[in-house]
Amino acid sequence: MDLINVSYDSQIPNNVGLSSDKKVLKALEKWHPGYINWWNDLIPQNFQDSMVYLRTAVSVDPKGWAKFDYVKMPDYRWGILLAPAVEGRTIPMGEHLGEPAWQEVPGEYRNMLKRLIVIQGDTEPGSVEQQRFLGLTAPSLYDMRNLFQVNVEEGRHLWAMVYLLQKYFGKDGREEADDMLVRSSGSDDSPRMLGAFNEETPDWLSFFMFTYFTDRDGKMQLESLAQSGFDPLSRTVRFMLTEEAHHMFVGETGVGRTIQATLDAMNKAGITDPYDIAKIRDLGVIDLPTIQKKLNLHYTLSLDLFGQEVSTNAANAFNYGIKGRYMEQRIDDDHKLQNDTYPVTSIKDGKILTEDVPALTAINMRLRDDYVRDASGGVGRWNKLIAKSGVQFEFKMPHEGFHRQIGVFSSVAVDPDGAIVSAEEWAKRQDEWLPTKEDGAFIQSLMKPCYEPGKYATWIAPPKVGIDNKPGDFEYVKLHMA
Amino acid sequence: MTKIINFQTDPSQYKHWKVEYDGAVANLFMDVDEDGGLFDGYQLKLNSYDLGVDIELADVVQRMRFEHPEVKVVVMQSAKDKVFCAGANIRMLGGAAHSHKVNFCKFTNETRNTYEAALADSAQNYICAVKGACAGGGYELALACNHIMLTDDSASSVSLPEVPLLAVLPGTGGLTRVTDKRKVRRDLADVFCSVEEGVKGKRALTWRLVDEVIPNSKFDEAVVARAHEMAENSAKADVAKGINLTPLTREISEDAVIYSTVEVTLDRAGRRSTILIKGPTDAAPADMAAFEAMGDQSWMLRCARELDDAILHLRLNEMELGLMEFQTQGDPESVIAHEALMLNDPDHWLSNEVLKYWKRVLKRVDMTSRSLVATVEHGSCFAGPLAELLWSVDRSYMMLEEFDGDNRPMASLTLSAGNFDTYPMGNDLTRLQTRFLGTPEDVDTAQMRIGEALEAGDAEELGLVTYAYDDIDWEDEVRLFMEERASFSPDAMTGMEANLRFAGPETMETRIFGRLTAWQNWIFQRPNAVGEEGALQRYGTGVRGKYNMERV
Ligand SMILES: [Fe+2]
Ligand SMILES: [Fe+2]
Repeated sequence: MDLINVSYDSQIPNNVGLSSDKKVLKALEKWHPGYINWWNDLIPQNFQDSMVYLRTAVSVDPKGWAKFDYVKMPDYRWGILLAPAVEGRTIPMGEHLGEPAWQEVPGEYRNMLKRLIVIQGDTEPGSVEQQRFLGLTAPSLYDMRNLFQVNVEEGRHLWAMVYLLQKYFGKDGREEADDMLVRSSGSDDSPRMLGAFNEETPDWLSFFMFTYFTDRDGKMQLESLAQSGFDPLSRTVRFMLTEEAHHMFVGETGVGRTIQATLDAMNKAGITDPYDIAKIRDLGVIDLPTIQKKLNLHYTLSLDLFGQEVSTNAANAFNYGIKGRYMEQRIDDDHKLQNDTYPVTSIKDGKILTEDVPALTAINMRLRDDYVRDASGGVGRWNKLIAKSGVQFEFKMPHEGFHRQIGVFSSVAVDPDGAIVSAEEWAKRQDEWLPTKEDGAFIQSLMKPCYEPGKYATWIAPPKVGIDNKPGDFEYVKLHMA
Repeated sequence: MTKIINFQTDPSQYKHWKVEYDGAVANLFMDVDEDGGLFDGYQLKLNSYDLGVDIELADVVQRMRFEHPEVKVVVMQSAKDKVFCAGANIRMLGGAAHSHKVNFCKFTNETRNTYEAALADSAQNYICAVKGACAGGGYELALACNHIMLTDDSASSVSLPEVPLLAVLPGTGGLTRVTDKRKVRRDLADVFCSVEEGVKGKRALTWRLVDEVIPNSKFDEAVVARAHEMAENSAKADVAKGINLTPLTREISEDAVIYSTVEVTLDRAGRRSTILIKGPTDAAPADMAAFEAMGDQSWMLRCARELDDAILHLRLNEMELGLMEFQTQGDPESVIAHEALMLNDPDHWLSNEVLKYWKRVLKRVDMTSRSLVATVEHGSCFAGPLAELLWSVDRSYMMLEEFDGDNRPMASLTLSAGNFDTYPMGNDLTRLQTRFLGTPEDVDTAQMRIGEALEAGDAEELGLVTYAYDDIDWEDEVRLFMEERASFSPDAMTGMEANLRFAGPETMETRIFGRLTAWQNWIFQRPNAVGEEGALQRYGTGVRGKYNMERV
């Protein structure tokens, strides 16, 4: 892309009237080169030069919002698209319930809104940074394409948040937009804001788990921001959610295909005991108990993203009409919660209890509960694959208190079944529950690239259908080989 | 609150602080135990503090001076991962009685002042390494340090969010230190105090809110290097070993608190307490080496510690006793001798520490919001440091001539050189300078009488006591005064006394205690903060404070 002569109006798909918004155009012009540099420094060069079969959001029409085509990632058209305005939309919760949604930022909530947008925005580039080297070990061109699809869309999500910051939050907003490119995942000097986005994504199973569990936290956060009384935010995230669904699809099917390859290999070799780990690993697939450990890890890291169970900030955000609950409109209550309670887990005298607390303060807990339900669906589908194969094994979501760094459980050690255990017991047994170095090394040993169209690494099964209904041997990425 | 708040602690009992000693550098870690609050009903999350946390800090600071004189630089820092300190605990404040809030703020202010002044007083320098959120009282902890280092991790910030978040003021010197100490431009200070999230990185440096901003990866290293560099360049003389501060002898009963040199009696019906200070019974140690060998047992140090504890005990645990009466008994010459040992060897580290401690204790008396009176009876020993009490209190009464059937030595008071420069008030003047603000020559006149046992006639003429009464009038006059005092509105008394006590120039200290605290206490009473719908009460519920928008 010609960096100097970007025609922002024509090159940035948008439905926000960018061409006539001089102020935002100017801000974007300043920010954009930094973004392109960030992108170029991030992803290995040969992938930057490859043609990737990507979908690009070009409009917000539910029937045809995206088009598929080969594109070099740096030329991807990161658009600024807001879901269509809802005529006469009102604020769906809190003390401003029923008032017309805000089209401008209310001064008194400016800081809180800005903070929420910054935190959300910070996760988007964070995950791209975590996944930057995965292309080198892609198990197929199909998977590589999915990775890059997720990456460019997370990039677009960053754009979306940056647009809001630049358009509505003045000089502070522009500075925050710049800082998005200063922070970087895992950096000592300026790490990403949330812990899970500073962890490594060292292998593809981690990537799939991440897109299944951690992107789903993103989905829940976006769902609650979609309720925002600040209409431009609501519209922005509603559109992001359409893309986010694909990320979770990549995660769920990725883990499912990993499981499938294991089951197929076991059956072929006549192994019935899922705990016969050494033998199973010799087949070049990942044993189910290890997959369970990966699930334990990513699920619990994602639970931490919901913050403290009882939170003043979350209460404020709800009450001010800035952030709602999952599916706010479908909840049958007064949407004000000033007199309601909600059960929250707590620990008293070494026992796990539930206590009713004022519902306003339990917004985080409620969203986490919704998340747990949402996340269990895919796990059930994975178990169906196993049942179908005849192998005796079942994945379990560990107890919500297991392996937690944030919230009431952070002070105690809890086993996956929900029993509080001593620190010694935890130290002794954590290798049964969480991936060990050796597990990681084994998974890493399987991470050999498989770049031939239609071919897949041993440890993962082919997908049932192709992207955009393409045939099995479709060349999803035309690799540039320097 | 029926439980007695105990101001005595020691490192073996700390719940919230840790100190690691590294030669001339001490690393002071704040690591507040969430469940270790002084009262029920709140958790001390995110290194937030209550009075209990501050009592420990005060103990750390005190022991640093006496037990660890080898320490030249103290690095205040957090042991918690992502937070430096979130300030005073809001739920604790929301639930506390007004009187507790005020006494809490006063005590925390005194502690901040003490470690801030440790540099000027003893060349022991407190610096602060800020990593993570440093908000409200947390930034005020940092502000009282003399050098603030902030990590640049694009998340750590300093902030004073009290106004936007809680509708109160930063109550431990924040506003004053931002403008007077750090000399932040007033309009930038206005911005800073209005944004909840505060200021981070380079801007914090440009705005003078911190002294250094350091990349996160180099931060820990830079802090260690800076601390050692400051220790090397310190003006503090090397001292190999300190003395131990052992537990006080103290007996608390229903109507008395008895220490070795101080006896407090409580008259609940009369709503007053009497603090009787007993002069030394032993001769002064031969020299400072002998003093040091006695550890904390010499009279000067014991008495200061006991008086300090007694004042704090009365402030927090006996709020209805509105009048404090100071009495002394003992040999004035002996008091003078004990003080003289130190005045004559001012460069000895321990002389310096003991005298500076007396300075602080006397300021604590000045700052006590009770009616204060001293009665100079026969047999008393208002001399040297104890004479300061006469000018700290609101009024003093002295026995004139012989009293029938009283064979104690004739009441007298004795000035020492210490009364003319050793124990300045918060306004940086001596109590005598403050007393004679309009007639400075009276200070000179008094100075010529150093060492004389001044009896009531002389003392009254020199203006050193309020009234001298003889046997005929004494009992009635003193009784009438006390009864009258007990009948006035406690609020009006507090206001009147605080205004009359601190004549003379403003200092940062007087501005903190006078101006900032007064405003804060006003706001602490107003419905916008503490009403049922006020911001402080509503904090944490998710429902906003409702404000009466009338400007008063
Ligand atoms: Fe995203
Ligand atoms: Fe995503």
